[in-house]
Amino acid sequence: MGTSTTAEVWSAAATLATLLVVLAAVHVPLGNYMAWVYSAPRHLRVERAAYRAARVDPDAEQTWRGYLFSLLGFSAASLLALYALGRLQALLPLNLGFTGLDPAGAWNSAVSFVTNTNWQWYSGEAAAGHLLQMAGFAVQNVGSAAVGLGVAMALVRGFARSGTDARVGNFWSDLVRGVLRILLPIAFVAAVLLVAGGVIQNFLPHTEVTTLAGGSQNVLGGPVASQEAIKELGTNGGGFFNANSAHPYENPTPWTNLLEIFLLLVIPFSLPRTFGVMVGDRRQGWAILGVMGAIFLTSVALLTWAEVAGPGAAPHAAGAAMEGKETRFGLAASALFGSATTLTSTGAVNSLHDSFTAPGGGITLVDMMLGEIAPGGVGSGLYGMLIVAILTVFLAGLMVGRTPQYLGKKIGQGEITLVALYVLVTPLLVLVGTGVSVVVGPGLAGPLATGPHGLSEVLYAFTSAANNNGSAFGGITSGTPYYDTALGIAMLAGRFVPVALVLALAGRFASQGKTPETRGTLPTHTPVFVGLVGAVAVVVVALTFVPALSLGPVVESLS
Amino acid sequence: MSASVVTPPSAGADLPPDAASGTPHAPVPTDRRPRALSAALLRSALPAAFRKLDPRDMWQTPVMFVVEVGAVLTTVLAVVHPGVFAGVVAVWLWVTVLFATLAEAVAESRGRAQASSLRATQQHTVAHRVLGTPDELRYGSRLADRPTADVPSSTLDVGDVVVVAAGEVVPGDGDVVEGVASVDESAITGESAPVIRESGGDRTAVTGGTTVLSDRIVVRITAPAGRTFVDRMIALVEGSQRQKTPNEVALNVLLASLTIVFLGAVATLQPLAIYSGSRQSLVVLVALLVCLIPTTIGALLSAIGIAGMDRLVQRNVLAMSGRAVEAAGDVDVLLLDKTGTITYGNRRASELIAAPGVPDAELADAARLASLADETPEGRSIVEFVERGADRSHAGQPAGVDDGDDPLLGATLVAFSASTRMSGVDLPLSDGGVRRLRKGAAAAVHAWVRSTGGELQPTSARGAAAAPTGAAAAVDAAVADVSERGGTPLVVAEQQVDATGYEQPARLLGVVHLKDVVKEGLVERFAELRAMGIRTVMVTGDNPVTARVIAAEAGVDDVLAEATPEDKLALIRREQAGGRLVAMCGDGTNDAPALAQADVGVAMASGTTAAKEAGNMVDLDSDPTKLIEIVAIGKQLLITRGALTTFSITNDVAKYFAILPAMFVAAFPQLGVLNVMHLHSSQSAIVSAVVFNALVIVALVPLALRGVRYRPSSAAALLRRNLWLYGLGGLVVPFLGIKAIDVIVSLVPGLR
Repeated sequence: MGTSTTAEVWSAAATLATLLVVLAAVHVPLGNYMAWVYSAPRHLRVERAAYRAARVDPDAEQTWRGYLFSLLGFSAASLLALYALGRLQALLPLNLGFTGLDPAGAWNSAVSFVTNTNWQWYSGEAAAGHLLQMAGFAVQNVGSAAVGLGVAMALVRGFARSGTDARVGNFWSDLVRGVLRILLPIAFVAAVLLVAGGVIQNFLPHTEVTTLAGGSQNVLGGPVASQEAIKELGTNGGGFFNANSAHPYENPTPWTNLLEIFLLLVIPFSLPRTFGVMVGDRRQGWAILGVMGAIFLTSVALLTWAEVAGPGAAPHAAGAAMEGKETRFGLAASALFGSATTLTSTGAVNSLHDSFTAPGGGITLVDMMLGEIAPGGVGSGLYGMLIVAILTVFLAGLMVGRTPQYLGKKIGQGEITLVALYVLVTPLLVLVGTGVSVVVGPGLAGPLATGPHGLSEVLYAFTSAANNNGSAFGGITSGTPYYDTALGIAMLAGRFVPVALVLALAGRFASQGKTPETRGTLPTHTPVFVGLVGAVAVVVVALTFVPALSLGPVVESLS
Repeated sequence: MSASVVTPPSAGADLPPDAASGTPHAPVPTDRRPRALSAALLRSALPAAFRKLDPRDMWQTPVMFVVEVGAVLTTVLAVVHPGVFAGVVAVWLWVTVLFATLAEAVAESRGRAQASSLRATQQHTVAHRVLGTPDELRYGSRLADRPTADVPSSTLDVGDVVVVAAGEVVPGDGDVVEGVASVDESAITGESAPVIRESGGDRTAVTGGTTVLSDRIVVRITAPAGRTFVDRMIALVEGSQRQKTPNEVALNVLLASLTIVFLGAVATLQPLAIYSGSRQSLVVLVALLVCLIPTTIGALLSAIGIAGMDRLVQRNVLAMSGRAVEAAGDVDVLLLDKTGTITYGNRRASELIAAPGVPDAELADAARLASLADETPEGRSIVEFVERGADRSHAGQPAGVDDGDDPLLGATLVAFSASTRMSGVDLPLSDGGVRRLRKGAAAAVHAWVRSTGGELQPTSARGAAAAPTGAAAAVDAAVADVSERGGTPLVVAEQQVDATGYEQPARLLGVVHLKDVVKEGLVERFAELRAMGIRTVMVTGDNPVTARVIAAEAGVDDVLAEATPEDKLALIRREQAGGRLVAMCGDGTNDAPALAQADVGVAMASGTTAAKEAGNMVDLDSDPTKLIEIVAIGKQLLITRGALTTFSITNDVAKYFAILPAMFVAAFPQLGVLNVMHLHSSQSAIVSAVVFNALVIVALVPLALRGVRYRPSSAAALLRRNLWLYGLGGLVVPFLGIKAIDVIVSLVPGLR
């Protein structure tokens, strides 16, 4: 095992190094570009046409309430449209003969894609036709990502502005620009690259063929590359096929695997730069990037260790923890993908997290419990991390003898109330959801495993849903009315309650004046602060989830 | 020569400086706080602590309210299913709650002691109320001669006019409208030196409860009985009017939300435990919850706030709101008056520059003799300066004056007069002659010397500039130099008259450099303030040149020269518009608008009523440098909160390590490895965590009351220090504490 382990470690290090070099090269120009996109006063011609068609004034600055109402309106409309598409699939073209989704399933999928979660109770190749995939899921992949970006930008504007009567930008303008200037162009290039790498892109139906050996095989078709690109870029994660990025048509080679990991990290890791540029202090962006990077690398290192070293009886017996992993990627690339997908809100998988080693599964759980902030989802990662930074400032700011302030904004009662509620929402959704599901009948029917691993499966499902990750541990039958509904609620509340709180916070900050920094102000760009934000993120999560974790992955790991 | 024309030293000697402005306050805090905790204090606070267990009061601190509910719950359970474990947990949960209320009660009782001594000054005195119509009382003169009626002081109302004679207690707050008196304010300020209070000007305010020592004054009452300064003080120090400050409220919100998170975590743990086949008893779940929620800071939060106000009271500062104390910690800009705050009130001799050919000692002696009879502060400072110099050269031997011979025996004092603009002395010489010493402004002394035919060349040819001789030129140069450096030059000259009455020409001896002297220790203070990120602005009526010299010497960051009250107000508004918080102090009525505008406005107790109404703090010592201490106290208050919050949260890590394995080791033996402290048994582990949780509150009460140690430094340095101390401390201490308690608890029979 020695040489193969060493080889794994070297290949992991090389892959990671390549990834980091590319990210390091791209994040500054992309970050600067995004700052320009969300600050530029002029509209493109195609954008003006869109505004005219939708009859909105893209230059009208909205208060946080106006922004929120527009956002909720857009999301509600998206939700209804997607629900309808799912329910009426049988009546629409390109359905490949699939029937409509059942009410609970349609609700779950609609919520899932509108909230950028992309939890999938269904198998793509067995339930969704090309129209639903393209006009439904792929459109929401773009839309929900642009919504996340917009919310993050509203918060950043709140920091950058002062005394603006709670005006934080224009939702429609943010949405359209995010789609047309950021997501679609990059996704287009990415899709071309993926096709070049072997990902399929066609309109063929799934056909059953007889193989040479006389057996039958289902040859799948579909516009996969285009959806794959935005699936990763928008940190969505909903696969065209059930096997997601483990499927050779979605992710054929180690090279496409690396590209997909890059795509799902690139925007979240570039946003700190955007933030630094927009608040006029790039050091602040570096600090946020530092926290994200440190947590990311720690998670990758731990998960790689867990999978490569393969602690536990079964992996030991088998020689390596290869169950549920693709041989064409190997252990390390699976671990890297696993960390990246759970630390962002992507949820795409190139291996089965249920089959990870016990500590490995625990690490993916903790990644999500962190609130997906390192680097997190498109937009949601940045605002989630800024919330943790504000919380840190509040605690540490007191220790320097001033009422706390971050980027010149005072953290008073109103602000800390919003932050506290934000920090409350997701853990409570996870804990209550899990707690209820392991005692009620329909909940207990879900997990395939019993004992600690069964608990891990339920805990993972609710953690994934409430944090809008969407990755599944597997091993849980979630396509039941109970889980469809409960997880749908968790996804919906886990997305829009935090969004509303963040926008309210943005409004408060935008209305505030700016307090200049002095030597007496807590510096928020130093390594000490970076370490502190990381520590607060980890400690808050640990304190909240340790009891639940200790009965699941911890017990599993120790057995 | 016209350049050297300077104003003479203040002619009319000021009133002897009163206790307020004259005492050179060392910037070291005058700390008279009692010990943080004593047995007597605890005993007296105990009844109040029990009263505070009322759930309606408890509700104010959500964290402790949850503990109290938990205590009730476990008590019920312990009664229903008696057992040592449930009993012990129930008792310690009650102890936890009681420790919290005790901390608050102790904090309050320290103020109460102060209040009761204040209340003693509130004895009902008899007031001699002047009779007359309101108009007569408002506009009439010679009110002291009008008839009076004796009424109890408690019936006085705003606008009443009373006469207070020597030996009587001032019956209420008011302004002196007639007369001047020395007043003993020790009852309020603790300062024994009497102060002058007089009508007109900025020293009109008198406070009820103080005693008039001499003379008779007429006072117009400005505060109704029951709402006087002392009444407000009592209310403040007792904490009865205490409102939560903004930051305290914000922190409470955070603590409440943490409590909710933990409530959720513990409540949902039970279904998870049931699923895992290890249902937990309610007692254990309550114990876990209480250990996790931030009880340490929750229990001490209000005590910290009360103690912070109390620390101000100990330093004789009354904050009218807790908000102001917090704002003090946030101050970015400090406006400080030059006179009395940065410099001693008056110019002082700082240097002697002898004319060529004159020994330094001769100039020093002459300057001293010429000033011995000069009672102006400047004159006295020359004497002191020369004698200090003599002290230094004669190793402790006090100079001339005190050793027997009065050097002024038979001397004729020459007082300052507007015509000569010089003062001095004529000393009889042993040979029957007279030695005339004069000091004064350069122009005046030059004129005198010239009139005696002294060292200036005779202005023989009209129009030709009178070229001074060597000595005069040197003196002129010295005068010009001193003026340039922002000082005031005084020229000293001497004339010998021999026994026959022949007057020799006078000769110049040298120059005395009078200047504003920066108070000792202030330079370091300002450096500290700079390290804390606070900008200091010196406000003065001086011209910009003089102001900048002093500013550079004191090390302040900025100067507002030739400042009018309007300038001051404008400066404050400007700073505030830039988002900065401004603190200032003042005493005059014309300071009132600026005091009201400033975020922290400290009014001097010696100031006018208008100033005191406008400010949000009053300094009973009337010491303007106190502002610096107030800032430090504000910061200390916030740091104490932050440090204990951090400590409280990091404590949880160890508690998890104690309790979680204890809860589930029966179902999952492998969790035993998490029992890193090797605690005796499951029950002893849980009890130890609960006991530690309670004891740590008591252990931290002194820290909460005293405040954490605060040394002025940059935010980054403070953060590092406090993180190490309270972050890492909070992580490590409970591991040791819980282990130690477990060793003892495991000896208790009945705990498995």
